[in-house]
Order: sequence, then structure tokens, then C-alpha cells
Amino acid sequence: MKPVFMTYTKKDLINLAVCMVLSVLVIPTFITTEYWYTSILIPWLCLALATIGQQVVMGYTGQLALGAAGFMAAGAFAMFNLILRVPDLGFVGSLIVSGLIAAAFGILFGLPSLKVRGIYLMVATLASQFFIIWMIDKFGWFKNYDSSGIITAQDIVILGKPFTTPLAMYFVCLAVTTVLTLLAMNMARGSTGRNWMAVRDMDIAAESMGVSLLKTKVQAFAISAFYCGVAGALFAFCYLKSLEPVAFDIKLSFKILFMCILGGLGTINGAFIGAAFILLFPVLLNAIGNNVFHGAIDATIISSIEQVIFGGLMIIFMIYEPLGMAKLWENLKQKVSLKFQSSNVKNLKSSLSKKS
Amino acid sequence: MVDELLFFMEVLVGGLLAGTMYSLVALGFVLIFKASATFNFSQGAMVFFSVLAFCGFMQDFNIPFVLAFILAALLMVVVGLCTERLVLRPLMNASEDTVLMATIGLGYVLEGLAQAAWGVEVRRLDLGIGDFPVPWIADNLKLFISALDIFAGLVAALMIIGLFLLFKYTKIGLGLRAVADDAGAASSIGIPLKHIMLLVWSAAGVVALVAGCMWGARAGVQFALVDLALKALPVLIIGGFSSIPGAIVGGLIIGATEKVLEVYIGPFFGGAIEGWAPYVLAIFFLLYRPEGLFGEKIIRRV
Repeated sequence: MKPVFMTYTKKDLINLAVCMVLSVLVIPTFITTEYWYTSILIPWLCLALATIGQQVVMGYTGQLALGAAGFMAAGAFAMFNLILRVPDLGFVGSLIVSGLIAAAFGILFGLPSLKVRGIYLMVATLASQFFIIWMIDKFGWFKNYDSSGIITAQDIVILGKPFTTPLAMYFVCLAVTTVLTLLAMNMARGSTGRNWMAVRDMDIAAESMGVSLLKTKVQAFAISAFYCGVAGALFAFCYLKSLEPVAFDIKLSFKILFMCILGGLGTINGAFIGAAFILLFPVLLNAIGNNVFHGAIDATIISSIEQVIFGGLMIIFMIYEPLGMAKLWENLKQKVSLKFQSSNVKNLKSSLSKKS
Repeated sequence: MVDELLFFMEVLVGGLLAGTMYSLVALGFVLIFKASATFNFSQGAMVFFSVLAFCGFMQDFNIPFVLAFILAALLMVVVGLCTERLVLRPLMNASEDTVLMATIGLGYVLEGLAQAAWGVEVRRLDLGIGDFPVPWIADNLKLFISALDIFAGLVAALMIIGLFLLFKYTKIGLGLRAVADDAGAASSIGIPLKHIMLLVWSAAGVVALVAGCMWGARAGVQFALVDLALKALPVLIIGGFSSIPGAIVGGLIIGATEKVLEVYIGPFFGGAIEGWAPYVLAIFFLLYRPEGLFGEKIIRRV
């Protein structure tokens, strides 16, 4: 396809326009219940952003990492402290700086990736997860010496205007997610992303082609941690509205890993699909439990079933479609368009035969 | 001075014995890795699943101890069979990372199944051995060492000897080693790959059950066991993924270091550094000796 604007094709621009119209115009006009914003849309955007971070390091660069929640915690608490101690920075400035702080952690804990890969790296990144949470928990300064363990997040104020209603917070998340998603897409398409993928597909070959492993891997970890940090800050300020290290435990890291893998490794839209699935599926399951079985099934059993299904899906996807739901979506689109084409051909044939 | 030394000894021995508990989890990991070069991330979930089933049989159905243990072991064989059939065989030619991710999924399935079947509340497991200092050692050597720790150490030692003999002197062991060396060549000379896999997964299941019993007797049978079992990963990195002695030595190193660090350095940082110390230790090992103490050197071909 011919690019019409910079390197984007007409299809890309149409996709972007549709997404923007949907998220900015359609959703705010048709969804009026707060529940949808506070419990589904806002966490979806935040977790999708974190999943993009996981995608960068795992899907694009092929490094198995399992510490996304640790970087999210770093971002969230950096945000809290920046707003508290450096109020001049403003919300957006603090968000960027907290992302950068998370990125610094990403570089530090990404260094082992230069030496090891696979499960070895996974263990090294687990260290980041446990270390960051421990650090925040044990040093009172990070929590402003709050003894209760749960700190209320400050209100979001941008340019003197408070953003406290669910709809306003949704727009904040949407704006940040949109900007960072576009950035991620650009990086993935450009030379940065090509270097990542070269390292993923065969690191030794990539190195011999002149791709610096050091630079590429450290860069991937830094960018990944930046995304996770920003996502964590948004997650704490817009969704949880409180800061507690427990919220960012290893379970959240696994959740993000699942979003990344089930959504489709090495795709940006997979991050959104995966996050939506992992978030919505429990809601659906609970709804079935309440409405079909009228609460006859215990909530703990429902959450166990949910776990079994996630695990089972993971296995099934690994066996039949390692590229995840994004690939299924792609296949579906292709099939539909093929159907259209073939029906067009049939129409043409029949009209031709009528003429003759 | 003597008191300090005694205290240090106590911490060290306590750590070493607690380390054997990690070794027991790591052992199951090594078994599977040795025979199939698969990183079985679900080993921790298998520990949880097996011991919860064991407790469930005993407490919900009032089955006697020994019978319940045998039933739980049989259940683990069934789990091994299903895993081989449903997960590993279809992924025979998949890449390492794909299989690893599938085993993460398997772990989720096992955790969910265990909780759906037996509930989520913490269960007590009484092995008949108390988690308190042995009076004899306390009186004579002035060391306070838990009886359960010593028992766990003994069980671990027995299992190592058993597995060592199995690998070294039996025909099955020879087959296992052949498959580990080159699965393709082994199957071409008639070693039944499927049976070997089933055997290995069952053995790993039983090892998981034993490890689960030890952990369960100490900390209660609960979901936190899965997180504890994650500590088997640094153990493996230090010991090497393919070495049974490595799993033991790694466990001892991790156990001793984390306890000593916790007692002597922990108080300066507000404690609980054992949560991450093993992982950081593993990172240092990775930087200097990525294959671990006893592992085979990793050679990658382009």
C-alpha cells in the first residue's frame, strides 16, 4: 500500500480516526454509568499501556521478563513523591519524570539480559519485582512516613484544572495512552523496532549485522520500564486512587504477562485486546455466576475457574496460535475480505455469463 | 564470643536445613529439565496442587495418612499423564520459550483446579513431627534446631540417593540419560520417549508432593506455597539446571545465605530482605557463571 502521510498508509489513518472517534465521541456519549469508567475503561487503558511495555521487551525484543508490576510500582510511587515534593513540575511533568525513574530501574535490572536469556533472565527480572516492592515498603520516605500502609493519591490537577470525575480521569488516561501508543507504533515500525526484532529473531546474527546488543537490549528495557512506570502512575492515580505496594505484587506481573501473550506477542493492538480480555472475562464469569446460577456458585470457585480457563487458554494458544488473539483477529479480517472478493468475482462472472 | 559463635552456627544450620526445603522443590525441576530440556514453571503449582489434594483426601474424606499419600501420588501420575498428552506432545517441536510459557499456563490450571476442588482456606498439615527445637540437641550442643528441619534434610538426602541410584544403575535411568542427551537419537534406537516423559513427570509430581508435605507442615497448606516455590528458581540458577547435586548445593547456599543475611544485615534495612536476596544472589551468579555450579556449559549454535 502506498503511504499517504509520512510512512502511514490510508488504512492506518482510517484506523486511527475510527479509534479516536470511538473513544472520544462515542464512548462518552453512550456510556454514562460511572462503573464502566472506574472499573473497566480506566484500568483497561492503564493495563494496556503496561502491556505495551511488556510487549516491547518480550514481544519485540524476545527477552522473557516478569517484572512489569515492579516497574509500575516504581512509577506510581515516584509520581506520588514528585507531586508531594516538587509541586512545580505539574501533573504531566511528574508523569514523564516518574516514567524516567522507572526506566532507570529498567536499565539496572535489564543489564543481566546481556548475558542470559530465557528462564535465566526471568529469574533476574523477578529480582526487580521483589526488590522494588520491598524497597518501597521498608523505607518510610517513599511513603512519606505514612504508617497505615495505604496512602491516598493526590488529586489530578493539570494547568490549574482539577480532573477528578471518572469521565475526566478517563480522558487523562486516554490522552496519555494515545500519545504513548502512537509513539510505540512509530518505534516498532522504525529502525528501533527493526533492531529489537532482529535481536529477537537471532541475536548473534543481529550482532554480526552491526546491531549493538548492548544498546538495543538496554534501550528496550528502558522503554519498557518507562511505559510500565507511566502506566503504574496512572493506575494508582486514576484507578486505585491510593498507593499501596501490595497492589503491585507478582500476581499483577503475571496478569500483564498473560495479557501480553494471549493478546499476541509482538503486536501493539494485541496489548489492548489482551488487556480487555483479561479484565472483562472475570466480569463476564461473575455475571454468569450471578444471573444464571443465582449465586449458587461460590465466588472463590468462580475465581478458580477463571484461573483454570486463563491457564488453559495459554496452553491452547501456545499449541495452536502462538501469536495470540491479535493474529486471530487478523485472520478473521482476512477471511471476511476474501469472502467479499470472491463474492465480487462471482458477481462479475455471473454478470459476464448473462451478457454472453 | 562463644555465645555469638553458637548463635551464628544456629542461624547457619537453620538456614542450611531450610535450604533443603528449596532443594526439594528444585529437584522436581531438575528431573524434568534433565530428561526433556523443558523449564517446568509449574513445579511450584504442582507442589501446591499435590499437597492440597493430600490434605483434602485426609481431612475431607478421612482417608488414613499412608493411603492418602499413595492416592495423592497416583493423582500426580495422572497429572503427569495428562500433561504429557495434552501439553508436551503437541509442543514437541516448539521452541523452548513457547514450552516455558505453556508451563506457566499449566501452573495456572493446576492452581485453579486445586482451589476449585479443595477450597482456598489455609489447611494445617500434621506430619507427626513438630516444628520446634529438638531437646537433645538443645541440651547437648546448645543449638536450637527444629525437628522438622532435620526431618526435611533427611528426606531430601534419601530422595537424592534414590534418584542418584535410579539414574546411575537402572535401565530406566540409562534411558533417561539417553533421552536427556539427545531425544531424537534415543527414540531412533527404540527408547520409548512417551513412557520416559510420563515417568519423569510422575517422578517430578511425587517429588513435588514430598516437598509440599514439608512446606505444608511448616507454613500451612496455602496459596503462598506457590510464591515460596518460586525461590527454587534462584536455587536452580546457582546449582545449574541439569544437575541433581546442584539442586541440593544451590538450595543449601540460598538457605544459608538468606538466613545469615536476614539475621545480620536485615535489621539495618527493616528486615524481610530474604524476599529478594536469593534473586539478587542469582543475578551475581548469572554474571559470573551463567551455567551454575554444576550445570553443563550452555552452547548456542548459530
